[in-house]
Amino acid sequence: MTSLDTDLSPAEPPRLVVFWRRYRRNRAALLGLAIFVLVVLMALTAGIVDPDDPLRRAGVPLTPPFTDWSTPLGTDQLGRDVLSGVFYGARISLLIGVVATLVAIAIGVVIGALAGYFGGWVDDVLMRVTEAFQTIPNFVLLLTLVAILGSKIEWITLAIGIVSWTAPARMVRAEFMSLRGREFVDAARNLGVSNTAIIFKEILPNALPPIVVYASVIMALSILLESALAFLALGDPNYASWGNMIGQGRAVLRSAPYCAVIPGIAIVLTVLSFSLLGEGLNDALNPRQKKQ
Amino acid sequence: MTDTPPILQIRDLKIALPKGADRPFALEGLDLTINPGEIVCLVGESGSGKSLCAGAIMRLLPEPHVHVAGGAIRFMGDELLAKTETEMRGIRGEDIAMIFQEPMTALNPQKTVGWQLDEVLRLHTKMNKAERKARAIEMLTRVHIPDPASAYNAYPHQISGGQRQRVMIAQALSLSPKLIIADEPTTALDVTTQLQILKLIRELQEQEGAGVLFITHDFGVVAEIADKVAVLCRGEMVEQGPAKEVLNNPQHAYTRALIGAVPALTPPPVKPVTKAPVVLKGTGLKKTFAARGGLLSGKRKAVTAVKDLTFQLHQGETLGVVGESGSGKTTVSRIVTRLLECDAGKVEMDGKDLLACSPAELRAMRKHIQMVFQDPMASLNPRKRVVDLIAQGPIVHGVDPDKARADARRLLELVELSPAAANRFPHEFSGGQRQRIGIARALALEPKVIVADEPVSALDVSVQAQVLKLLADLRDRLNLSLLFVTHDLRVAAQLCDRIIVMQKGEIVEHGLTAEIFASPQHPYTRNLLSSIPGRDWTPPSFRPDAA
Repeated sequence: MTSLDTDLSPAEPPRLVVFWRRYRRNRAALLGLAIFVLVVLMALTAGIVDPDDPLRRAGVPLTPPFTDWSTPLGTDQLGRDVLSGVFYGARISLLIGVVATLVAIAIGVVIGALAGYFGGWVDDVLMRVTEAFQTIPNFVLLLTLVAILGSKIEWITLAIGIVSWTAPARMVRAEFMSLRGREFVDAARNLGVSNTAIIFKEILPNALPPIVVYASVIMALSILLESALAFLALGDPNYASWGNMIGQGRAVLRSAPYCAVIPGIAIVLTVLSFSLLGEGLNDALNPRQKKQ
Repeated sequence: MTDTPPILQIRDLKIALPKGADRPFALEGLDLTINPGEIVCLVGESGSGKSLCAGAIMRLLPEPHVHVAGGAIRFMGDELLAKTETEMRGIRGEDIAMIFQEPMTALNPQKTVGWQLDEVLRLHTKMNKAERKARAIEMLTRVHIPDPASAYNAYPHQISGGQRQRVMIAQALSLSPKLIIADEPTTALDVTTQLQILKLIRELQEQEGAGVLFITHDFGVVAEIADKVAVLCRGEMVEQGPAKEVLNNPQHAYTRALIGAVPALTPPPVKPVTKAPVVLKGTGLKKTFAARGGLLSGKRKAVTAVKDLTFQLHQGETLGVVGESGSGKTTVSRIVTRLLECDAGKVEMDGKDLLACSPAELRAMRKHIQMVFQDPMASLNPRKRVVDLIAQGPIVHGVDPDKARADARRLLELVELSPAAANRFPHEFSGGQRQRIGIARALALEPKVIVADEPVSALDVSVQAQVLKLLADLRDRLNLSLLFVTHDLRVAAQLCDRIIVMQKGEIVEHGLTAEIFASPQHPYTRNLLSSIPGRDWTPPSFRPDAA
């Protein structure tokens, strides 16, 4: 005899537990998480490692690393401590990464959701605007914006967000186009749910996993963009950022390469951690995409 | 037939499932014999292991996750399990052919019908090009495809679903196989097409003298075609015997339960509902789908889905909308709930035209007319808990969220689900349970009318019976009016007081269910009714204590 239709299957473990189990399966993603935690710790402990201004003169200029223990990673041509620069730089990089990503994702979600949900002329208009942004190379647009707005850290962050929203917008649009035809959306409309609630409460949670994964890519890209700006001496000179350090280290690249190499390694590891993190998130959030 | 050796003999077949599956063996101890010229039906509900049996015979199991763990499969006296992969490749197609459920996915959309028939002959025979083409056309003629020469050059998407299945059958039979395995070959087809295909399989099998292993979940189909029946229940064969025996005098409790769940073709007693007030009235509804042409491609022809449809739904009544795919019945359900804007006509409820409402008025009106969808998985938001899904409607219409959630828990009881279900997500439920959640959600707003669009067609037959019973119970207890869209006349006969028969967007006949079933007037209705599989077989009824 079959069991009755109304018998329940045993309860599943909570979502977070399932999520962590899936994430844990990817070793590289665990490494990414470890590096990310390390960078966050660096940003948090910067004030303890060096309570003073990281831009002050801390020792004899161009002290090589591991020679003077008051400046373990050496000093640059102006005598600034490289170690505290790297620690304080983590703050700026993370800040820019997080805020610029939030800006980019927010613009992208709103534009993509409207275009994908309503379709028709709304979609046509919004997508033409998106394409107009896409025809201008990212970095050129960023340079223009910074030239207009000035190189204060707030404006740089905003500008990075503004040049990065097109890709998430297109992705959200595609997700919405496939989700809006699903029966559960019809079911919500049939209950009398308003369009705004359908977009943000019904469809968006279902469209989130690929967006979250892509956010990690944008974070990595924004950190690189900021570094590139700083390298061209267009960064905010009032903050120690990794890009600024590389930009200034460029002048002494042959005599004291460590001035540029150490912050460079920091950038490489941080960007790497974000992309490994993204891959792990992808495995954990879209388990069906990958074959076991 | 005892003097000829059997074509296929399966002895004590065991198929192992990977660790962590719901049971260790998909099939356990299956014994089956197919003689020449015999059609053996393997019947079971989803998950009973019937398709894996076909995979094991063809040696096409997804190894090593799922593999044969024991037993023997003898084909014409040879042990299939001992064959090498190369030998199997010679047997597949040539000696054992397979017909799949979904002909659209089983045919390559990039190649013409002729090319696909040609390929089989090219791989397995030494015929030259002209002979192969002659043979292919001959096969297309034998499966009764109109104009075989033009079908030979057509692409799969250019011919209808029934014709595609005919092409699949032509392909399977072109090498005169000894054994044909048909895995739910008619499930995706309309009833009238289904009957034609069943007749065709029977006819060709008689001509060729081949054995057929016919896998199905539908006892109507079994009654139509089977010589012998084997019933599977969760991997175990519970009953086997001649079709007449099993269908009319089943021995095992599971078989009895399955057969008892098959809706009988006897309409419900006539209720005096036509005197009750009209709650929903549709007049002159029209809907045309304009096909949007691209910039470079020309405009395509517009498709009329519904033309000039008029109906009335009385209080406490169930009105069935019956028709084959493409008849416009689903379009009707979406127009009435205004999920689809309609071109002309009125849908009146309490004297108010739903189609003329402003968006704000419409949102308020929606609580009076609710919908139960076909696919319970797709119609429940996978990221919401059951209690929130059910309470969503009342909350949108201004009920206090705490009260709405408490009501939702009560509704779960009404649809016979445990209150523990409230905090779970939709994917944790079976199909039938999800449909119960869908019904609870529709009831939460205490609507006057429920529109149900094929609510049971995605469910197994025993679950289907339970859900239908629930719907009928609720309708009587809450005095609901139901607009019930279905393609399945058996289901319509169970539940509907009156039915509308639709063909190509038009009503061809309407009236009391009993009258239409007893004396259909329109030729299309007659054709539909005479195509119900197993219409001459009345499922025996069992007293509850017997089952």
